[in-house]
Amino acid sequence: MSWQAFVLTAKLAFLTAIILLVLGLPIAFWIAFSPRRWKFVIEAVVGMPLVLPPTVLGFYLLLAFGSGTAFGRWYQHLTGSTLAFTFSGLVVASVLYSLPFAVHPMVAGIRAVDPRLIDAARTLGADKHKIYGQVVLPLAWPGLLTGVVLSFAHTVGEFGVVLMVGGNIPGATRTLSIDIYDQVQSLHYSAANQTALVLLLFSYFLLCLVYGLNRRSFMWAGR
Amino acid sequence: MSARRLFIVLLLALASGSAQELKVAAASDLTAALAKLSSAFEKESGIRLNISLGSSGNFFAQIENGAPFDVFLSADKSYPEKLQESALTEPGTLFTYARGKLVLWIPANSPLHFAADGNGVLTGDLNSLSGPSVQRIAIANPEHAPYGRAAEAVLRHYGIYDRLRPRLVLGENISQTAQFGQSGNAQAAFIAMAIAVTPEMKGNGHFFVLPQESYPPLDQAAVVLRSSRNKAEAQGFLKFLESAQARRILSEFGFEVPAK
Repeated sequence: MSWQAFVLTAKLAFLTAIILLVLGLPIAFWIAFSPRRWKFVIEAVVGMPLVLPPTVLGFYLLLAFGSGTAFGRWYQHLTGSTLAFTFSGLVVASVLYSLPFAVHPMVAGIRAVDPRLIDAARTLGADKHKIYGQVVLPLAWPGLLTGVVLSFAHTVGEFGVVLMVGGNIPGATRTLSIDIYDQVQSLHYSAANQTALVLLLFSYFLLCLVYGLNRRSFMWAGR
Repeated sequence: MSARRLFIVLLLALASGSAQELKVAAASDLTAALAKLSSAFEKESGIRLNISLGSSGNFFAQIENGAPFDVFLSADKSYPEKLQESALTEPGTLFTYARGKLVLWIPANSPLHFAADGNGVLTGDLNSLSGPSVQRIAIANPEHAPYGRAAEAVLRHYGIYDRLRPRLVLGENISQTAQFGQSGNAQAAFIAMAIAVTPEMKGNGHFFVLPQESYPPLDQAAVVLRSSRNKAEAQGFLKFLESAQARRILSEFGFEVPAK
């Protein structure tokens, strides 16, 4: 197994999960609590990567990163290189691609909090931020953790987007999934098998964690 | 008839198929040329080509594992030869249908300049690729794409491989390599001439043909696969590739066709 690809993938997934925790939480809170009737419009945007083929995202990102768009030129001017073929580019792509995997479990976790507790906190004079921070957050943690773990796992499993905007650079954009693909193409089946097996066990472990977490949270809800 | 039985019957009907269709696995440098070749072939024989495009190495691995293609058009000779060694091809069908040419493509607004003769063949060196205006150079993945190996050979030939190595980005196949350049993400791309001459690429930049002595010849071989159930039709298509009409189309797209 390529150690370099392993470290790179772990770094990418970790960064993506952290960014999505910070970015996803406010979105999840808004979706869970906002009374707006057009909320579904935003929910649909967040959920899009679930149904879109990665090639759609990869294609548009490649165009957006390129010198044909204002954004691409601006970034190139700022940093001297395009976002495509860089680690930062992959982080941007992964955050977009894994957004629903973070937000959906978070929303579910927040919605699972007993509204009577929130009402009680309100009657006791707690303001919105205090309710969010001291009542909802601690009770919704299984959902939040599930969101973080799933976005981590989904980023590890990312392939199509990385293939389209990554450019297969060792140490920068050659992730484990690309590495496996290359090994298979070069007929190094035993090397591919090693890496694939590690990923298989790893995914199983992570999903056990997710389902285990949610089993416990259900038990608590039923108590 | 139960739904399940109906499903099986439909499946069988699809699988037995009409011989009026050939499944062709083709190297992606043939993307544009094959569109024209297939319509010419269909007009002549009434047989439709069902074309899958990708990197030759990818198809080699797929065919080795039983992919149901009738014909394999590789971007080099070694993959079909290896298939022949493993007895996966129809004996006596392997032949070289064209020689691919490698070009250096740069976008229209590129500040780079290269010396070339009247035929567009590079006459000077490639040193300006190591200048500051170039951050990324796209080549196909040398691990499994013949044009990628050729590009690497060219860079070594001009003695700039080690210097440029950190700037190389690898396309999955030669089409993706072109797309890295065309979308403005790479400032130069080593691609097949057959792709550089398409309107999409021509409209956005220009290219320099790399001299043949700078890389090993990209002789492209075609072969009928042993697992094919339409061998007669497949051989008919290979015969068509040798026809004057097919040779004209191939050379129109920048391929060199072997003397008859």
